[in-house]
Amino acid sequence: MIPELGHFALALALALALAQSVLPVMGAQWRDARLMGAAAPLALGSALAVIIAFGALIAAFVQNDTTVLNVVQNSHSAKPLLYKISGVWGNHEGSMLLWLLVLALCGAAVASFGRNLPSSLQARVLAVLGMIMTGFALFILMTSNPFTRVWPPAPDGQGLNPLLQDIGLALHPPLLYGGYVGTAVTFAFAVAALIEGRVDAAWGAWVRPWALSAWAFLTAGITLGSWWAYYELGWGGYWFWDPVENASLLPWLATTALLHSAIVVEKRGALKIWTVLLALLAFALSLLGTFMVRSGVLNSVHSFAADPARGVFILGMLAVYVGGAFALFAWRAPSMVPQGSFAPISREGALVLNNLLLCCIAAVVLVGTLYPMFLDLIAGRLISVGPPFFNSATLPLALPLVAAMALGPLMPWKRAVLWPVVQRLWWAALAMAAVFAVTWTILRVPFWPALGFGVGVWLIAGAKADIIERIQLFRVPLRTALARARGLPLSAWGAAIAHAGLGVSALGIAGMGLATETLVALAPGQSTHFAGYEWRLEGVRDAQGPNWTSRRAEVTVLRDGRAVVTMRPQRRYFPIGRTTTTEAAISTNFLRDLYAVLGEEREGQAVLRLHNNTLAPWIWLGGLIMALGAVVSLADRRVRVAAPQRRAKVAQAGMGQA
Amino acid sequence: MSKTSRRLLLAAPLGLAAAGGVGFWYMLDGLQDGSYDPRTVPSALLGRPVPEFSLPPVDEQPLAGLARADLLNLPRPVLVNFWASWCVPCIIEHPQLMTLQREGIPVFGVNYKDKAGDARAFLARRGNPYARLAADEPGRAAIEFGVYGVPETYLVDRQGIIRWRWPGPITTEVLEQDLRPLLRRFA
Repeated sequence: MIPELGHFALALALALALAQSVLPVMGAQWRDARLMGAAAPLALGSALAVIIAFGALIAAFVQNDTTVLNVVQNSHSAKPLLYKISGVWGNHEGSMLLWLLVLALCGAAVASFGRNLPSSLQARVLAVLGMIMTGFALFILMTSNPFTRVWPPAPDGQGLNPLLQDIGLALHPPLLYGGYVGTAVTFAFAVAALIEGRVDAAWGAWVRPWALSAWAFLTAGITLGSWWAYYELGWGGYWFWDPVENASLLPWLATTALLHSAIVVEKRGALKIWTVLLALLAFALSLLGTFMVRSGVLNSVHSFAADPARGVFILGMLAVYVGGAFALFAWRAPSMVPQGSFAPISREGALVLNNLLLCCIAAVVLVGTLYPMFLDLIAGRLISVGPPFFNSATLPLALPLVAAMALGPLMPWKRAVLWPVVQRLWWAALAMAAVFAVTWTILRVPFWPALGFGVGVWLIAGAKADIIERIQLFRVPLRTALARARGLPLSAWGAAIAHAGLGVSALGIAGMGLATETLVALAPGQSTHFAGYEWRLEGVRDAQGPNWTSRRAEVTVLRDGRAVVTMRPQRRYFPIGRTTTTEAAISTNFLRDLYAVLGEEREGQAVLRLHNNTLAPWIWLGGLIMALGAVVSLADRRVRVAAPQRRAKVAQAGMGQA
Repeated sequence: MSKTSRRLLLAAPLGLAAAGGVGFWYMLDGLQDGSYDPRTVPSALLGRPVPEFSLPPVDEQPLAGLARADLLNLPRPVLVNFWASWCVPCIIEHPQLMTLQREGIPVFGVNYKDKAGDARAFLARRGNPYARLAADEPGRAAIEFGVYGVPETYLVDRQGIIRWRWPGPITTEVLEQDLRPLLRRFA
């Protein structure tokens, strides 16, 4: 009964979404207030229907309803409740329903909080969101229905992919989808603006919070995914330039560019056409990522159930949404008059440079991901592109980007002179040079990690300099400076925090350049010396989990004869599904990770792979700081957008160079 | 900028997206009729030394494991064969590997993401073509080699340079037409 209700609710959502995509557009065209007014209730209604459908699927998983095919294929009664629930989106059908759910919730948010939008703009935005919802609801109902029944019922489920039975991966898809769907909202705003033929500062002010929240979700999702790969796959690496990873990195790069160019639209009324194009691109890349992952046109370390028939459907959606949006762009954008010329050396100039470099990096990653597929198609010749290509192609673009990241926020709008800005950053530059020189020449760190340390310090110092300049610390009395700090707009804090977060990540990545590892075979009681510690294998025992059995090694790590920590790396065997996973043991003190993986056992000896990963936690810490920066900035946006009258006060209090 | 060139510029995204879409369409089409296969992308390691790796032997069987050092300074070229007991095409290529063994060509096996017991049972039933047999249960060496799937075979010459890579089973045709000439050339 419950699965049928879910199925019906999904069909209802499709019907409501279809109405939502047609009626408001007609209303906006004919200036009919009643038809435009239908947009918000329809968006709320379709969101409610999708919530019911999603709830029904969760209920089927929690009850382990083995008459539902999706449950049989992906769940098992012995699975802990948390993973039963995360199993809902751990498979293709459920994850698409989650996509639709997040999209519907965003539509509901635009419907409820968007009352101060011009009514025609709100109606058109909701209509575009309705069109996207229609596509995804059709996709789910036609090619990937999660409510399909089986009869007779299976005795029990076939278990979830054990790799996915993990807290990191339980949270990873919802975060990433939050980001993807956030780009759908900015896309809807861009399309609505193209239909209206008008892009103004208010539009920029509305797009930026959505771009920011999409960016925060994408940042958190990518960070979590990278952390998961680090501790679960047991290779000790954190980024593999895998096509699936690239598929999430591409919209992140486009959204990063978008949220910076939206600032220029909002503050200076320039870069409008470019910003609209970026909003279209960000969503196009999100859809492209979905397409590449789900259709099987590419081959990846990550395995997904791929199905060409689904690929055809997603390609069709790409053609309608992206093709349609770009056609609209080609038709309408020429009539938008470019405004606001500006000097190359200025805040907006720095933001344009940021955009250019980010887009170049995105283009490099896109080409590197697609090139092998297209070359095979066109020339029948085969090549493969790996990390060496991506590292050597993106690094020269990332370095000037990072240099400009610290300089840009210190520049005034309209016209700036470079020299005074550089002067204000002299101590950041000095710190960078000192760190680089000391690590390279005295500590004998290889060139690239040493440069990475310098860059990280430069970013953090630059973010600090930005705040210090704005509150005029050391130049005015401390009390005044603190008052200025309180009055500083949260978006300024957010930007500084996010930039510093990237610096923290850069330090972590540079530290990982110094990571060492070793492979040893030890009998119980034996020990080995590695990374300044003595590692003693105490023994290997059997352990039992809810739906797995494992071999668990106990390794005592000693320094100067005293035990520092006991590590328990495991190899888990999942009888249902007959798969084995490695559970790396990680001990961190935030300056380095000790990382141990248990390999095969033979002749009374266990093979252990030991890593010493310098500064590894900083990579993900930096990612979280970046996402936090976006959240802080968003808090400010809400104040500004929701209460325009307070906006003036805040702006006055926090003038500075803002 | 003239009005026409501005129009053309703003239509460029549409053109690029359309070209990409057509490409993807052909890929999907090829996926369905089998003419496009993302798994046939060759190794970036061709003509390069074997990557750094070190693998333990498969449990409870006498053959030694495999490391990079074992592939340098060999008396003759060798094959490195990634396989698994759960892989059906591995059964197809197995007789050809046995032929190679009878001819005295060393085949070093890497047992990919497999359980030792299953691997031993596979070899006990069908015969063991391998001169060395390493276990790559986490699939780490496979990453280093850029393996796309099993079976997958690499020809390593006497200096430890990767000369040939074959993703998929070594059928009798592949053995006669591709592999034998290469074995003669690098002998």
